[in-house]
Order: sequence, then structure tokens, then C-alpha cells
Amino acid sequence: MVNNAVEIRDLHVVRGRHPVLEHLDLTIGGGVTGLLGPSGCGKSTLMRCLVGVQQVRGGTIEVFGRPAGSRPLRDRVGYVTQAVSVYHDLTVAENLRFFARVIGADRAAVDRAIAAVDLQDRAGDVVGRLSGGQQSRASLAVALLGEPDLLVLDEPTVGLDPVLREDLWSLFHRLADSGVAVFVSSHVMDEAERCDRLLLMRTGRIIADGTPAEIKARAGVNDVESAFLAIVRSDAA
Amino acid sequence: MNIRITLAVAQRVLIQLRRDHRTLAMLLVLPCLLISLLWWVYDDANPLLFDHIGPALLAIFPVIVMFLVTSVTTLRERSSGTLERLLAMPMGKLDFLVGYALAFGLVAAVQSVLAVAVSVGLLGLDVIGPLWLLTVVAVVDAILGSALGLFVSAFARTEFQAVQFMPAIVIPQLLLCGLLVPREALPAFLHAVSDALPLSYAVDAMQHLTTTASTAQVWQDVAIVAAFAVGGLALGAATLRRRTP
Repeated sequence: MVNNAVEIRDLHVVRGRHPVLEHLDLTIGGGVTGLLGPSGCGKSTLMRCLVGVQQVRGGTIEVFGRPAGSRPLRDRVGYVTQAVSVYHDLTVAENLRFFARVIGADRAAVDRAIAAVDLQDRAGDVVGRLSGGQQSRASLAVALLGEPDLLVLDEPTVGLDPVLREDLWSLFHRLADSGVAVFVSSHVMDEAERCDRLLLMRTGRIIADGTPAEIKARAGVNDVESAFLAIVRSDAA
Repeated sequence: MNIRITLAVAQRVLIQLRRDHRTLAMLLVLPCLLISLLWWVYDDANPLLFDHIGPALLAIFPVIVMFLVTSVTTLRERSSGTLERLLAMPMGKLDFLVGYALAFGLVAAVQSVLAVAVSVGLLGLDVIGPLWLLTVVAVVDAILGSALGLFVSAFARTEFQAVQFMPAIVIPQLLLCGLLVPREALPAFLHAVSDALPLSYAVDAMQHLTTTASTAQVWQDVAIVAAFAVGGLALGAATLRRRTP
């Protein structure tokens, strides 16, 4: 039994000439962990590190006790990129059947994944003709296919209507309750309240770590956005 | 390499093509129309020239078409994030490459059967060697085109740039492959250059096939083209990085 899904030590990432992550230490356990911060702060880079597609300058990243991206992990980690990474000229069902064959999941898993993101009545539609929200749900469904132990979701709720966002967050919690470690990023502060644990990130550093209630109490404010501002100001002072 | 994953990639590429009617029509019908146009151009002036140039075109079409299709589709995979997603899954680079090669090889086989049927059946192209070998040569040529397209897609950031590689990589080979001037008649330096280019051997194979019954020379040319294709796929595989900056 590995307690932490993810253990990161002294992670250092440079993109172009700019350091994106410097000396980052972080562990991620069960439940829904939210990574919040403004766009450009390094959220996507950190997520790419977890799934092993980011070139890393230094440090170690272990997922379930193995180096991130190593072969035995590739069907245990579900990953949704920020872009809608499914084939726009295939239907939702064709996309899912293809990815299911790649990871060795069966037809029932395809139906379950489509149902989980509530796309049953659009399963036969070509992805390119769906709305932006439906497209990103199709992309999310792919990550659910293999019943992963760790889900890495890069801004999965951008542009969705509030009802759907609510549905997806309930889905994340259902998955977390069944033992999946869910790591989800967002730049929308009001989503922070729904996380079991919250990481606030700014310019490549984690500036706060705790439950939403703890973070608000520590900053002495009533909402996460004010807490973020208060922490940034006290850092600068 | 994993057969299940490789076949999944090939099948997916074919489903995508089937949905794209316009591309499919271009892939299958256009070579037939162009070869017919060529026949018509020479019909009054010098019908014998068609017997000389026709076989070269049967080698050149699959290379050009597959070069374009592959460079644009792999570029799309790179920029849409689907490649990154696949490489984060249990997919080997070879599964991806061979899957594409299988799908496009199949399309090339159909394309060449149609083009050969039109050339030999309707336009009276003389082929002395076995007809089936024409299709084999065309499929190997198509895989060469795919391998080159895959390789250059790593150096293009946009589809615009990918298409510009066509004149850069393919047209010089077109000029030196023996289509315009027999390779033996080229200036010595250019002859040496043409000896180092894969399209020369693709065209040689077709020309040997149409003019002689012995197939030994053809197989030798095919082997050289296949070696270039494997080299191109290996270089292409090196450009498929699981970890990117």
C-alpha cells in the first residue's frame, strides 16, 4: 500500500529560457486535490510532469512508487490535456473505442465512460460538430476508460455551463470515494471550494496548501480569491 | 510492439479517411485523371513518350500523395494533443508508425491498382514484367512517401509549413529521377546525386518492370527504396518524443 499517489522532490523545469518550476516539493494523496492559480503559473507543466511527457531539468517525480511516465504506470494514470485531444473527424463512440483498444479496455468500459460524462445521446455524432463543452467532455471520457488509479485533469471544466460543472465535480468526488486520486487544475477560484485539498500556485511556486477552510482561516478571509490575494500580498511584503 | 494497438491505429486512420470523402476521392481518382491527361498530351506529338514517362508517374504519385497526407496528419496529431495523449498511454512509437504505414500502404495499393488498370487497360501502356509487381513497387513507394512525410512533420510548426516541404524535398528528386532526362545522360555530378536519392530507384523499378521480363533488377531497386523507407521511419521515430520541452 503506497500512501501517496504522487511524490515530487526538488522538481526543476525550464521551458525555453525561463524556469517554470523551481525546487518544487509536493505529495498528492487520495481525494480531490485542486491546483489553482492564474494561467501561466505552471499548472499545466506540473501536470505534464506527472504523466511523464515533460522534459525535466532536475528532481524526481514518483507515481505509485515508480518514476512518472514509466511503462507500468501508463494504464494506471488517466490524463486530460487542456486542448481537446480527441479526433475531431471521428464520432464520440469511435474515439472511445479506439483509445479503449490502445489501453486494452473492453466495450463495457466505453459505454460506462460515455455515460459518466453524459454524452449517450451524442455518441454517434462527429466530435467536430459538438459544442466546446461536449468536446471537452468527450476528451474527459477517454481518461476515464481504463479506470485509472490517478486522474490528472488539466482545466476540465473550462467553458461548461454551471449545471454540467456541478455534475462533473460530483463525478470527481464519486471517483475519489472509490479510491481514485483526482488531481484537477483550474483558474476559476470558485471551484476551489469543491476540493478536498487545495494547492494555490503562483509563478511556479505552491504558495498555500490545505483544505479550503484552512486556507481561508489562515488568511482571515471568507473566500478563496481573497485568500489568494492576501497570501500574495503578505509574500511580497 | 503490440499488434492490437498497431491494428487499432491503422483502423482508426482508415475510418478517418472514409469519413473524408474529398480526400479519399483525391487519393484514388486524381492519379488516374493525371495519367490520362499525360497520355492525351503526348497522343498527337509522340505516343512513344507515354510509354517512357507513364511508368515513372506510377512511381511518383504514391510518393507525393503519401508524403503530403502523412506530413499533414502527423502534424495534426502533434498539435492537437492526441499524440501526447497516446504517448502517455501504453503505446509504443513503432505501434503508431507501423499503424500509419499499414493504413496508407493499403490506400496506396488500391490507388496503384486503379492507376495501373487505367494505364494498361484504357491507355495502352506496355508492361512486359508481371502486373502485380507494379502494385508491390507502388506500395513500397507509398511507404517511402509516408516515411519522408512523417520525418519532415517534426520540423514544421503549421500545416502551411508542412506543405512547403513538398517542393523542398520532393521536387529536386523529381527533376533528377530520370523523368525529364535519363539518369545516365545527366551531368556526372547530378548523376551521382541522383544515385543517392530514393525516388530514382522507385522510378528505375517501374521502368525496368515495363521494359524487361526479368524481375531481379526490379527487386533490387525495391529493396533500395524499402531501405530508404525504413531509414525514414527510424528517423521519424526519433522525432516522436514522449517527453517534450
